[in-house]
Amino acid sequence: MKRNKVTPGTIIIYAVLIFWALTTIYPIFWVIMNSFKAKDKIMTDSFALPMGKLFTTANYRTAFDRLNIFGAYRNSLIISCSVAAVVILLAGMASFALVRYQFRLRGLMMSLVVAGMMFPVFSTIIPVYQMENSWGITASKSLLLNLLCVILPQIAGNLSFAIVVLTGYIKSLPIELEEAAYMEGSTAFQTFFQVVVPLTKPSFATVAIFSFLWSYNDLFTQMFFLRNQKYWAITRLMQMLTSKEGTNYGLMASTVSLVVIPVIILYIFLQKYIIKGMTAGAIKG
Amino acid sequence: MGANIYKNKKPLVFFLLPAFLFMIIYLYYPFFRNILNSFMKIRQLGTAAKGFNEPWFSNYVKMVTDKNMHTALLNTLIMMLVTLMFQVGTAIVLAVLVDNIGRGSRFFRTVYFFPIVISATALGLLFNLIFLYDKGMINQLLEKLGADGLTDWKAKGIALVTMMFPVVWQYVGFYFVILITGLNNIPEDLYEVASIDGATRWQRVRFITLPLLRNVICTCAVLGVTGALKVFDLPWVMFPKGMPLNSTWLTGTYMYYQTMEAKDVDYGSAIAVAIVVLGIITSKVVNKVFKEADY
Repeated sequence: MKRNKVTPGTIIIYAVLIFWALTTIYPIFWVIMNSFKAKDKIMTDSFALPMGKLFTTANYRTAFDRLNIFGAYRNSLIISCSVAAVVILLAGMASFALVRYQFRLRGLMMSLVVAGMMFPVFSTIIPVYQMENSWGITASKSLLLNLLCVILPQIAGNLSFAIVVLTGYIKSLPIELEEAAYMEGSTAFQTFFQVVVPLTKPSFATVAIFSFLWSYNDLFTQMFFLRNQKYWAITRLMQMLTSKEGTNYGLMASTVSLVVIPVIILYIFLQKYIIKGMTAGAIKG
Repeated sequence: MGANIYKNKKPLVFFLLPAFLFMIIYLYYPFFRNILNSFMKIRQLGTAAKGFNEPWFSNYVKMVTDKNMHTALLNTLIMMLVTLMFQVGTAIVLAVLVDNIGRGSRFFRTVYFFPIVISATALGLLFNLIFLYDKGMINQLLEKLGADGLTDWKAKGIALVTMMFPVVWQYVGFYFVILITGLNNIPEDLYEVASIDGATRWQRVRFITLPLLRNVICTCAVLGVTGALKVFDLPWVMFPKGMPLNSTWLTGTYMYYQTMEAKDVDYGSAIAVAIVVLGIITSKVVNKVFKEADY
């Protein structure tokens, strides 16, 4: 929309927009800046840039000494990568079948998928815990089993959204390519993995990134299943900081920065896919 | 579509079964089991239920008389209203403004959306530092501006505001992006015709943009109120256990507290059922209000 010159109105509009942009950027900038200052300086001098005498990496050293940051990162990565990988595989297969095949239960299954997006996690978590406990996989001694307890419900929580996004995309693919593959004697499996999957890559990216972020940021499920400190993932570790290290503000600032910076980098490079994915599930209405 | 080459239905099971098994085992079964659980006796989180409560609806009787549950419900309703007014409201204002400028709309979209990808736990810690009594960002800023004395942002009267502000702030960008997508679907000619007829910028917004955006706004409103029900991470990090003095409970945090800290698992299940019911009712109400609104 290029229909206006620089008028006072336009200037006011930009002023408002820039003000809100500052509220979203400055707090993050502020905490990263303060993570490089001594604890007492955060309390007195928080707006100054950490230059010269103010600059210190002590908070980061404390964080790596006292907290098992790398362990928590590793656990988070195992959880979130598995969730993202399984979600795109299962949702991709289901979406393909729901779009391309005609069968009696199709309408019902589609409504099951859409309704699946409505369940708040609160309403399923207790029975899920009971169920996993009866299988003997909760609170075990094995790291992978503990992480699996978080991975499984998170996969289920993301499937509905993923299927809604992927069916929308697969529908828009031209069927001619699949027909050509069929003519050459390709089976349905081959057609799916060799023709449909490569074409659906952009949408898979959206779904994978979204599932990854959602899982990386989800505290609630981790609070239920990761009881032992050894198995904590990164958000659970942060939650502990508020109760155990409530006054070590330098440590808090450095930990927040350590968690946020990878996400910022991810966001800068992948924002196109992220924004699309976050809203796609919602817009279908 | 595709009926000709996909006539053989045998692969269907292979494609559909894994995803649907997951959803049935991890969403549908637990959902109904949870409703049943809310009527039963459960001693510990992991153990199976041991018979029904006496009377079977006793958890719901308890809920009606539980003062903290009242606080949680009231706060959640306030949270919904605040979400509608400030979250969706701010998003509408920002979206309309961005739609009216030439340059920089991509930049604003990226920046406004940014807080959503940050974990609410990290934001909780961050806002703890910002609202710190002695002395976080806000109190230092106020001091510089000449305020005397420090403000305790976590004191009883103001705690709710301190809790809701970051929650509202975080998701403005989400609704902003949805609304911007809706705005881009409004044909440009309408604005041009209006301009020729001498409509001012404000009149174009009032009589073209807002009416045509009604359904999108409705979607945002429904997402807003149901989203307000799902808030957990940020309030729990900033105000654990309803601090101060049980004044900041939300239905989500109270459900967690009852289940994990007070060990009243079946009561926790009942609260979860209440959350679902509340979600259904409020989204119906919002749908009715916004769909029938006339401009």
